[in-house]
Amino acid sequence: MLLGAIVAALLATPALAADPRRPYVVNGDEIKASLTGRAGDPARGRAIVANRQVGLCLLCHTGPIPEERFQGDLAPDLGGAGGRWTEGQLRLRVVDAERFNPTTIMPPYFRTEKLARVAKAFADKPILSAEQIEDVVAYLATLKD
Amino acid sequence: MSLGSAGHVLLGLLVSLTAPALAQAPGERRSGYHDMSPSLQAMQDDEIANPGMLWVLDGEAMWNRKQGAAAKSCADCHGAVSTMAGVAARYPAFSGANPRPVDLAQRINLCRTDNQKADAYPYESKELLSLTAVVTRQSKDLPIAPPADPRLAPFVAAGADLFTQRQGQLNLSCAQCHEDNAGRKLAAATIPQAHPIGYPIYRLEWQSLGSLQRRLRNCLIGMRAEPYAYGADEYVALELYLASRARGMPIEAPGVRP
Ligand code: HEC
Ligand code: HEC
Ligand code: HEC
Repeated sequence: MLLGAIVAALLATPALAADPRRPYVVNGDEIKASLTGRAGDPARGRAIVANRQVGLCLLCHTGPIPEERFQGDLAPDLGGAGGRWTEGQLRLRVVDAERFNPTTIMPPYFRTEKLARVAKAFADKPILSAEQIEDVVAYLATLKD
Repeated sequence: MSLGSAGHVLLGLLVSLTAPALAQAPGERRSGYHDMSPSLQAMQDDEIANPGMLWVLDGEAMWNRKQGAAAKSCADCHGAVSTMAGVAARYPAFSGANPRPVDLAQRINLCRTDNQKADAYPYESKELLSLTAVVTRQSKDLPIAPPADPRLAPFVAAGADLFTQRQGQLNLSCAQCHEDNAGRKLAAATIPQAHPIGYPIYRLEWQSLGSLQRRLRNCLIGMRAEPYAYGADEYVALELYLASRARGMPIEAPGVRP
């Protein structure tokens, strides 16, 4: 497995402080530390997950967000994810789901390398920012059952 | 992903309330028609209600109109448009001295430039869609029949590669949706198997007829991949691969889609 590799650590130069990507360290199947150094906000995270243009999660997943009527059925229900997985596992899953399953259809939300033919408007940008990832992780962690 | 205008969402609801069970045996081929609500199926089936038939009628009028420096109509050389029966079922194909296969719209434009001595119509123009629609309509119910031309093989293979290659910011391949997850729901939309048999198609979201290339472009944009330019070899390769996958399926054009 590739798990345990140090990813993007070389980006940790002061010149890149404004870069939306932050360096992170993978331990086993987790990224233990917050990408921002702070805890995310679960309410904002819920809004990101619910928004099909921002989080896109409900295109594939169902989840305990009843006001969103059209949810996909390509992926497991997000309900209970916070009970099944540690916060560090949830963080790595959202950052780069291929670490769990090389043939996954879940997009890598915080990866900008090893992608082909990205549309110009999205080039070199992760799908979600470090702050957004932390908000989503904080929300998922509340889904205990 | 650009898969959710309000009208589309509403129609998606109709689909989810009325569609029969979608479980399908592996390898069973299924037109996107069967993923639609009965009301949309009825719209496609009824020549009066099917908005795509307006383009077919326009194309029929154009077929008989003299054009270009040659002052010739399509009919002057080809006879009645009904002589085009079976043609759409064979495209994309090699044509004349062209070094690469062309799709039907490109073949029609070759007749514009070479035979009518007129300017090619732009992709997705009303004129090109109308002529493509009327020519394709002549093959309604005929099976997709890619020619047994060995020169096509590398282009079909290139299309198959494109179909299975991950691309875009979302890092998805066509096959991950249209092979691995066909019949499942991407939000409100049922993922079809991606058969090209209804094209050009009237899409309610577009409020217009549109080509297969336009549909492929929509999927690429949904994947957040850079769409190819209209007419690109990549589209023709994908169209060839889709035709090879759909060999034997009956042509439904012009189809209707939400
Ligand atoms: C294109 C489809 C797709 C999108 C979009 C998507 N996922 Fe996933 N996700 C999957 C699939 C499929 C799995 C199942 C595991 C696998 O195949 O990798 C999964 C697995 C997961 C899991 C583990 C589920 C479990 O309990 O086993 C979590 C948590 C998760 N996704 C969260 C998210 C979040 C949060 C988002 C949005 C930020 C998201 N996913 C967007 C397809 C998707
Ligand atoms: C001056 C005569 C002429 C005119 C005018 C003309 N064509 Fe053609 N067309 C041809 C010839 C000749 C071929 C066969 C070309 C070849 O194989 O190189 C052909 C081929 C085609 C084909 C492919 C047929 C096949 O079996 O593969 C289509 C489709 C077509 N024409 C459509 C049209 C349309 C639509 C128009 C009017 C916009 C038109 N043509 C006008 C002479 C003409
Ligand atoms: C994220 C999943 C997804 C991916 C990836 C995807 N598509 Fe699609 N595709 C769809 C959905 C959903 C529809 C139907 C949309 C609708 O009708 O609203 C569709 C429609 C189509 C259709 C029309 C089928 C019909 O019956 O009218 C074709 C053809 C097609 N896609 C080809 C492709 C190709 C080629 C690619 C790769 C370049 C691709 N798609 C990538 C989800 C996807």
